[in-house]
Amino acid sequence: MGKMLLPIVAGAALGLTASVASAATLDEVKERGELVCGVSQGLPGFSNPDAQGAWSGIDVDVCRAIAAAIFGDDSKVSYTPLSAKERFTALQSGEVDLLSRNTTWTMSRDSELGLNFAGVNYYDGQGFMVRKDLGVNSATQLSGAAVCTNTGTTTELNVADYFRAQRMEYEVVAFEKADEVVAAYDAGRCDVYTTDASGLYAQRLKLANPGDHMVLPEIISKEPLGPAVRQGDDQWLDIVKWTLNALINAEEMGITSANVEEMKGSGDPAIARLLGVEGSFGEAIGLDNDWAAKAIAAVGNYSEMFERNVGPNTDLGIQRGLNALWRDGGILYAPPVR
Amino acid sequence: MAVQDAGVPRLAGGGSGFSVLNDQRVRGVLFQVLLVIGVVSFAWWLISNTAANLRAQGIEFGFGILWNTAGFSINQTLIEYQENSTYGRVYVVGLLNTLLVAALGVVLATVLGFIVGIARLSNNWIIARAATVYIEVLRNIPLLLQIFIWYFAVLRLLPAKREALDLGPFGLLNIAGWYAPSPIFGEGFSVVVIALLLAILGCFAISSWARKRLAATGQPFPVFLASVGLIVAALVVSLLLVALIWGRPLTLEYPTLGNFGPRGGARLFPELMGLLLALSTYTASFIAEIVRAGILAVSRGQTEASYSLGLRSGPTLRLVIIPQAMRVIIPPLTSQYLNLTKNSSLAVAIAYPDLVSVFAGTALNQTGRAVEFILITMATYLMISLITSLFMNWYNARMALVER
Repeated sequence: MGKMLLPIVAGAALGLTASVASAATLDEVKERGELVCGVSQGLPGFSNPDAQGAWSGIDVDVCRAIAAAIFGDDSKVSYTPLSAKERFTALQSGEVDLLSRNTTWTMSRDSELGLNFAGVNYYDGQGFMVRKDLGVNSATQLSGAAVCTNTGTTTELNVADYFRAQRMEYEVVAFEKADEVVAAYDAGRCDVYTTDASGLYAQRLKLANPGDHMVLPEIISKEPLGPAVRQGDDQWLDIVKWTLNALINAEEMGITSANVEEMKGSGDPAIARLLGVEGSFGEAIGLDNDWAAKAIAAVGNYSEMFERNVGPNTDLGIQRGLNALWRDGGILYAPPVR
Repeated sequence: MAVQDAGVPRLAGGGSGFSVLNDQRVRGVLFQVLLVIGVVSFAWWLISNTAANLRAQGIEFGFGILWNTAGFSINQTLIEYQENSTYGRVYVVGLLNTLLVAALGVVLATVLGFIVGIARLSNNWIIARAATVYIEVLRNIPLLLQIFIWYFAVLRLLPAKREALDLGPFGLLNIAGWYAPSPIFGEGFSVVVIALLLAILGCFAISSWARKRLAATGQPFPVFLASVGLIVAALVVSLLLVALIWGRPLTLEYPTLGNFGPRGGARLFPELMGLLLALSTYTASFIAEIVRAGILAVSRGQTEASYSLGLRSGPTLRLVIIPQAMRVIIPPLTSQYLNLTKNSSLAVAIAYPDLVSVFAGTALNQTGRAVEFILITMATYLMISLITSLFMNWYNARMALVER
């Protein structure tokens, strides 16, 4: 008995130690047969489950595009809802392969947290929502207000910076989950609800009387939202980065989910490279050469993604604004595939 | 028998046919050594694995981060705190908020628990049933739900931010909290404080004298009334004296209704109210059952003996039953105090800025130092719990039956 125990204990210790060295994320994902994607706990337009539990939104579409690029099937994604507080630990610890959860790209997150941001899928900025009957029409009139927000977000820091810079008094009431923030604001605990402007439009839909509330004109911060991956796996970073770039380039070239097959026959060499007809760009990142074509076929180009989830014809009704292509007056600009 | 059989031959003749492993003492030591090796290697693996993973992701480990600037705001702070304070200060703010809600919760839960526990044993049918319903409802609903119910009930019941319920001398009450008038101490107020302290010392003296007199002569003395009288007299006399010499000893600053609700005064936040109500009513339901069990553990004969000595039901409960019941009550009561303290970490759900919310929450998230911050937080809760246990064990030893 005793003779057997020692090797078991030692073996267990060694065996466990061996699991430290982790395989490449792409291999893990392929072996598992699905992509594990960290999303929000429910933010309409970005990542939101419907009554059947099917997720949709612009962040969810990024996950689907990557699953399509890897497997050729955009349904091979499992979604992990994460609070703002949990999200980075979940990514660091390997619980999710990819964090696509309206997360702001900042220097400290990119460096100290051991993450890499793969790009920007929505340019946002922090705004304020107030009740119309408060009689306030500018954020500069908010001295003495109580502000409801989420813990563990850049908004919590921005609001502190903004009120300090303006020398205004304020009180922060910070909740862990967005639903509680909305409930407390709706109950009247706070005068102001602050988060990214897109989030304000999305959360306003959850209020008892959305029409009684207005978003103030001031945008107090830059919030480039984008997908993030763990540091130290360059191949995986490239896959996420270039899938996102492919969707933006596709809009620029006029490739849509509907015409992607016929565009493969177009004589334009840039389109031929993107869709994998020429060159071996897909192989260079460990995927098939038609990875971009598969992603575009699944979710469409960036414009389709935007219009479907947050655009003017949705409940959120957000204009393209900053998120238009560079040639249309926005700042959306993807490096070329060549 | 087996021990001797295995041990004796080996000692006597070298025991060629026996393995050392058949010696029960040797095996005992061996298994303990194996267990220690197992535990230590598991811990070693845990630490080295964490360190390796952190290194692989380019995250450093260290506590120097505590001196970095936090940059965010906290609404309820018991000590001075600014946005440019350090994470270390965030920790102290969070810890003090946790201790505040725990201390208030323990006191409220104990008082309420004793009342309900005794009420459940009442001969009055309605009171007993009401106590039973209270206990069964509150202890069978998850605490997190109760916290939400209390918080949002408190919020929905109170007037809106720009209105307020005027409580007269007690200030204003609305959804943003209770704004009590805050005292501004005038010159010479220290005299009042000294007088009050002296009066409290006097009360202890009276009670000790009364106990001695009761033991010696059997004459009871109304200690409670005398103490109240002494304190009131000390306050009135010292206040008058200070007012005559220096002028107003104390002015109250009343809150006023501003653009965004009341301003000024001392403020009790609705998050604290909601959390405190939820924690204390929930824990009180468990304490009530502990109190009931403790009282029932004292034999019926004690009550009968007390009655036959001429004591009425009040003094019987106070002087005979409760002191004996305390010996049964205190150990499980300690667990409830520990539970209450640890349950206060649910505060994060309703924006009460406790240790978990501001330190293991916001600060952790801003810095990404999950390992360090969670370690500090765990060690802190452990320390709070151990100190509470130590105190309760000391109290238990004092209350225990002393054999003479």
